[in-house]
Order: sequence, then C-alpha cells, then structure tokens
Amino acid sequence: MASGIRDKVAIIGMGCSKFGERWDAGPDDLMLEAATEAFRDAGIERDAIGAAWLGVFFDEQSTGKSALPLSVALRLPNIPVTRVENLCATGTEALRGAVYAVAAGACDFALAMGVEKLKDTGYSGLPERTKGTFEDLYLPASTAPGAFAQLASAYAARHGLSIEELRKAMAHVSWKSHENGSRNPKAHLRNRITEQQVLDAPMIAYPLGVYDCCGVSDGAACAIVTTPDIARSLGKREVVTVKALQLAPSNGVEMGHRSWDGSYTLTTRIAAERAYKEAGIRRPREEIDLIEVHDCFSITELVVMEDLGLSDPGRAPHDIRDGRYDRDGAIPCQIDGGLKCFGHPIGASGLRMAYEIYLQLLGRAGERQLSAPALGLTHNLGGIPNRNVTSVALFGLHST
Amino acid sequence: MALPAGIARVGAYLPRLRLPRGRIAEAIGWANPQARAQASGARAVCNWDEDALTLAVEAARRCLEDHDRGAIGSLTLASTTLPFADHDNAALVCGALDLAQATRTSNLGSSLRAGADALVDAARQGEACSLVIAADARCARPASSQELAFGHGAAAFLMTSDVGAAIAVVDGSAHVTADFVDHYRMAGEPFDYALEERWVREEAYAKLVPGAIGRALESAGVKAEGIRHLVMPCPQAIAKRIAASSGLASARITDNLHANCGETGTAHPLLMLALALESAAAGERLMVVGFGQGVTAFVVTVQPAIDRKRPKTVTTALARAVEEQSYVRYLSHAGLLDLDFGMRAERDNRTAQSAAWRKHRDVTAFVGGRCAACGTVQYPKAHVCVNPDCRKTDTQVEYRLADSMGRVKSFTEDWQAYSPRPPYIYGNVEFEEGGNLLMEFTDLEPGEIAVNAPVRFVFRIKDVDRMRGFQRYFWKATRV
Repeated sequence: MASGIRDKVAIIGMGCSKFGERWDAGPDDLMLEAATEAFRDAGIERDAIGAAWLGVFFDEQSTGKSALPLSVALRLPNIPVTRVENLCATGTEALRGAVYAVAAGACDFALAMGVEKLKDTGYSGLPERTKGTFEDLYLPASTAPGAFAQLASAYAARHGLSIEELRKAMAHVSWKSHENGSRNPKAHLRNRITEQQVLDAPMIAYPLGVYDCCGVSDGAACAIVTTPDIARSLGKREVVTVKALQLAPSNGVEMGHRSWDGSYTLTTRIAAERAYKEAGIRRPREEIDLIEVHDCFSITELVVMEDLGLSDPGRAPHDIRDGRYDRDGAIPCQIDGGLKCFGHPIGASGLRMAYEIYLQLLGRAGERQLSAPALGLTHNLGGIPNRNVTSVALFGLHST
Repeated sequence: MALPAGIARVGAYLPRLRLPRGRIAEAIGWANPQARAQASGARAVCNWDEDALTLAVEAARRCLEDHDRGAIGSLTLASTTLPFADHDNAALVCGALDLAQATRTSNLGSSLRAGADALVDAARQGEACSLVIAADARCARPASSQELAFGHGAAAFLMTSDVGAAIAVVDGSAHVTADFVDHYRMAGEPFDYALEERWVREEAYAKLVPGAIGRALESAGVKAEGIRHLVMPCPQAIAKRIAASSGLASARITDNLHANCGETGTAHPLLMLALALESAAAGERLMVVGFGQGVTAFVVTVQPAIDRKRPKTVTTALARAVEEQSYVRYLSHAGLLDLDFGMRAERDNRTAQSAAWRKHRDVTAFVGGRCAACGTVQYPKAHVCVNPDCRKTDTQVEYRLADSMGRVKSFTEDWQAYSPRPPYIYGNVEFEEGGNLLMEFTDLEPGEIAVNAPVRFVFRIKDVDRMRGFQRYFWKATRV
C-alpha cells in the first residue's frame, strides 16, 4: 500500500526572480537569478545537486526544448536534467520530479526549475499554440481568456446569478490580488485598483475585462529539495516539507461528456480530494492557513474556491465579497499577488506559488507576513476548463 | 412528353446578411453618382465564413432534409465562383452532405447558364435519384453596377426518375449557344468586365431568348398560351418585353428577387424556379430561362404531388435576414480591403492533409460516435468511450451530428482572438443526443447568444491558410 509523499522530502532552498516584462533578461538570466537565491538559501554547493528538473511550457518561444537550457545556464556538472511540460502545471510538475527523485533515494539533493520568457512575442496576451493536426481541424482557435470566460456564463446559469452580480465578486478577486501584489517587491503588477476599475475595464473575452486577467510575465522560480534527515544534518531544525503532491489530468469527460456542465473544474476536485487524503487533512477549511491558486482569470479563482472544498457550492461569490480570502480573512488567498499580480510566467508559476508558501511558513515574507501559518496549499490548472492538467500540493512545517 | 427525371424536392439558401444598397451608394456614390438612383433594397451577402461551396451545402440540406442520402447517385454542382480551381468542390459538398462514396460528382461552370443546364441535364439523364445544386457568391468591383446588382445564394433540386412522385417535371428544353460577351471574367481575375446594358438588351435578350423559348415550347409540345409563369433572371422590364415578344403575354413574371437578394448568377434561374414553385398550382406550366453566352430554356409542369409538400425555402431564406451595418466590413469579408487584424492574424493555419483525410468523416461529414455499449453520443468518435462509467474499447459506431440540434452550455465573445468578424464567439454545446463540444459559433452579433439557447449546425470556412492558398471547413453552431 503506497504511503504517499507526506514528510518524506524537505525544501531547503528556494529562489524566485523578479517577475514582469523583463525586456532586460532572457531565460538563462532569469534561471540564474532564481537559482542563485535558492543555492544561497539552501547553503549547499551547485555540484551537490544530483539531478534536476526543468519546467518550460512554450519551448519554441525562446527557451528551447530538452535539458540543455538549464544545464547550460547554470553550467551544471553534466548531471541528469529532465525537461518537463504539463501546461500551466509545468512548474509543479518539475517540483514533483525532484521530490520523487529524493524520496526514491536516487539522489540526496535535487533541483526543480521553472522558467518562461513570454515577452518576446511582439504582442500582448499569450502566444497561440497549435492543438494538434486533428484538433486544429475542429476546435476553435480560442484564447486563454475566452476559454476561461466559459466558466462565468456556465456558473451564472447554474447558480441563477446574473452576470452583473457574478462580475462584482470577480472584481473583488482582482481588487484583493492587486492589494496583495502592491506589498510584494518581486511582483509584476504593484498598482492598487478599485473594484469599479475592474468592472469598467475594456472587455477582453466577455464577461472578462482586462482586470479579470492575470499578467503575462517573464520569470523563473527554483526549489532545492532533500530528505528531512539530510536537512537536519545541515543544521536545519524547522523545515518545510511536502505534505501532498497530486496531479489530475482530464481524460476527455469535460470536453466530450454531458455530465460536465462547464461551471466548475472537475480535475481540481479530484486532485484536491487526493491531496487532502495524502496529507491527512480532514477539515481543509480549518486546517489550511493560506492558499495560492491558479487565478489566471478572476472567475477561475472563484470557482476553484468551491472545487477545493473551501466554499460551499454556489457560495464562493458571497464568501469572496465577504472577505474570506482577503489577507485578513479566514484563508488568505494569493497573499503574494497571485498569477494576477505576481505574474504568470507559465513554467515558473507552480514553483512561484510554492516559494510564497515556503516564505510564509518560515516567517520570511516581510511586509506581507501572515501570523504563524503552518500549512499552505498550491493549485495549478493547466489548459482550459474543458481539458486540463491540475496539480494540488500541500506544504507544511516539520521539525527534523 | 416529360423528360425521364422530374423534380422531387427543392431547397434554397441565402446568406443571412443583407447589405442595403443605400449603404453602398452612401459609400461609393461620390465615385458612381448613378448608384444613388439604384439604392433601393438590399443584397444578400456572404458572412466571412461563407462561399459558394457552403451556400451549396446549405441549399442542399434544405432540399434533402431527411431524404435517404445513400440513394443519391450523382451530384452536379454549378457555379462560377467555387473556391477551388482544382480540388473537387462537389466532392467536398458530397462529404458535408454525407452522400455515399459511390456518388458521381461533376462541377459545371464558366457560364451563368450552368445552373439551368445542370437541371436540364439531370432531367434528361433520368437517373433514379440525382442532386443538382447551383450556387454563386460573385465578387463585384466596388462602385460598379454589379456591386449593386449581385446577390449571393444557392438552390438545390433533387431529381427522381419516379416521375409520378415528382412535384414538377421538365417537359422540353432548347439551347442557344452564342459567344455573346455581355460580360466576362478571365480565370484568376476577381471581377467581371461588363458591357453596355442596352446592347445586351437589344442584341442578346431581345434576339436570342425568344427563339430559345419557341423551340422549348415546340420540344415540350406546349402552346405559348399554356405557359402561366415566366422564370427569367433579368430586370422585370426586359422579362415583360420577352414575354410579349414570345407569345407569353398572359404569363406571370416571377419576381427576380432584386429587392432583398440580388442576382445570384448560376443559381438565379433555379432560385426563381424554387420561388415560383412555392405558389404555382398543379397543372400549371412554367418557362424557365437561363442566360449566359447563349440561352437554355425549358418548360416545367407542376404535378399534383406538390400539394403534399409545398416547398417554401426561398420565402424562409428571404425572411431570415440581418442587415450588414458596415460597408467596410462587407469589403473586408469579400477580400476587397486588407485590414490590419494584428499579429494574431498571422497564425499559421497549415492543414495536415494526411490527418484531414484520416479524419474526413469526422470533420467534413461531422460524424461522431455512439457507444454501442452505453449509448453515449460523443465527438470525436474514439476508440475508448468518453462516458466515465463506461470507458469500453472499440464499441463506437458512426453517428452523424450535422443534422442534430444543440444547446449552449457556455459561451464567450472573445475580442482578443483573431476573427475576420470580431468578436470570435465560441462555447460549449451539448448535442440533443448527449455529448459536448467546444465549438465556434457563426452568424451572431454580440449579445445575441445566451446559455441554454438552442443551436443548429452549419458547414462553414473554419480557417484560411494564406501562406499556402488553402481554406478548410468545419461545422459551427448557430442560433435556431
């Protein structure tokens, strides 16, 4: 009987580049920026790493395929590097590789790196990707905002809400993330906004306005993992361990079967249930202190609050407007600004979320530090609501 | 003496958009002052994703409805504006209509007479069951008189050798072939070059048509007084004059659809015949004239079977109209104005032809799968059933979705995505038999769609590959 990943692996070093429109930096620069911070934090030498995982989504964009971009950028000593890609769950997938390698005893120290250099496309928004030779023949050439906007019309229909009412809750989601982002020096967007500005913004994909959409950013984030025993031998007494690390890809049900009504993310429900079980969590609403979810669009964050079991079905708009997920609410969400304001360099995002949880648990979050959190959750949803790869991870404090 | 095949069913289709002639005159009147005098009514014009081929498919669907597709032995497609010069346009129509692979296809073109010829040929050949479609979406040079005159549209006729069951029969025909250049268009050129209308009226209509009508009457063994309707695509005044000079003075002149459609090229005599058949009584005779480098004239006699199922598709198509608000947008759709749609429009739409052939049933015929084990309908058809409670392997049989209905589950109007007619509207559609697909919507203005709205499916241009000069087609959802 598999026992899961809980407390088998500790994160001993993390780094994160400044996110944003990094006209000054290529993917190699961003990776080095994140890795330098992570190595300094871990207190180990680069040559101690036994294996590394590199997460990049848009490989053709600028970073390139394979192990090489990371191996070359850090001049790693020819250790195994695996390049992974799982849509917006790519960063978490890289972490999963490193964590499982350590848990398997394949190496003492493993490194996970996520990077994305988006701002070389020449236009705003994400680059388009082909869907495959067959799917290009029938699927719409949708954009990310258009694909996620579907959630809004379906959610409003299911719960008998007007789009106007729903947009007010969505506006609070974005307002809150801008408030949080304004306190984060590494965040892409640090301006504060009003809910009215969100509601009045130009329409991108109905009913998502420009402030309902996250930043398109460049950036990199990095984690160094080892076993709790090795962490202890390095003098680390209180460490952050992985409590759960789950991945749930769609199998075609949402895209093709009538059982899905389009108003929620099926894979989040599946991944969350498994992650709570792996971490031994029975009452997530009471036990989880902070969350970093995949707020690519305001509506995504809203429906995910229900899919993670943190709001009752149909109650997320109320809970959101009630401040439940604000920085001073019961479960602060996107305390670092989230994808919305910290930014969304796709391959880096899962690791960026882990980075914030890590800082918060260790009491190192500076101006945005919460009061003694012990357990945090990260969530990525890669793809579109119709078909996606979702990860849910839990991180907590552990005494070695 | 009736020709061996008669008309079993009729279907007509016009694109939804109507460009008011007043809007054209307003835009180009400074260059063509005469346009202001011709500014009444509206033209039927294609949406960006329509062309002669998609018009043909829609007309044929209205004609065939639930008719057994496997029984159709041949398909003739008449048009002067088909998208492909080499690549069987009719084969693509055949695929979209889900006709049998054994169907013989032919394409007729290079004269506006082609539609009338196709119908007469099918009547003469007397196949058990054949389909004739005429469709045109002619492009006119801005500020030309054609720009005011042309309409886009299609008509389809299902022919049967079971003459007793036909709603109308063809009783005789006659042809005049004359290299009379009233207008022409060189291969590869976008526009017609048209000659003086008075010359065409006096030398072609007045001199060539009455002779053809006379011989058609002779061939049918019918006297001129026996003709109750003259179906002739030309200005009403000319039709009246021809009627008078051909002994058809008592015949009613069938409306030429100028007011709300325009002149649809090869489709026009057939479209007008379809209109005449909406009201003609059993036993009445019609003289139908096709004109273009000569004349094709034929006599149609309405049969009693018409009262069992009276075709009304022209009236329906005329009523289904939405005004095109922008002349500039019309120009852009017609490819006459190269607007800057931003870098997203640079997307490479290469078609992997090997994949397209592998999946031609899925894509062209919109055939999905139905699981023989659990009954779940799904798109695309796959080896493993999508139903989470089934997931059985190789249980699916073909299930065509093109003629199904759907319901909108979610939608967006996307202003970021590239569309030749922003916003790009798409969403999740549930088929009435079950199954879900994220689909593009068409023929919708912003604010027109809502969750739970019923939709039907139409065959349209999906993407244009400018780099390789190709366009591909798929089905889109549209409001019922």
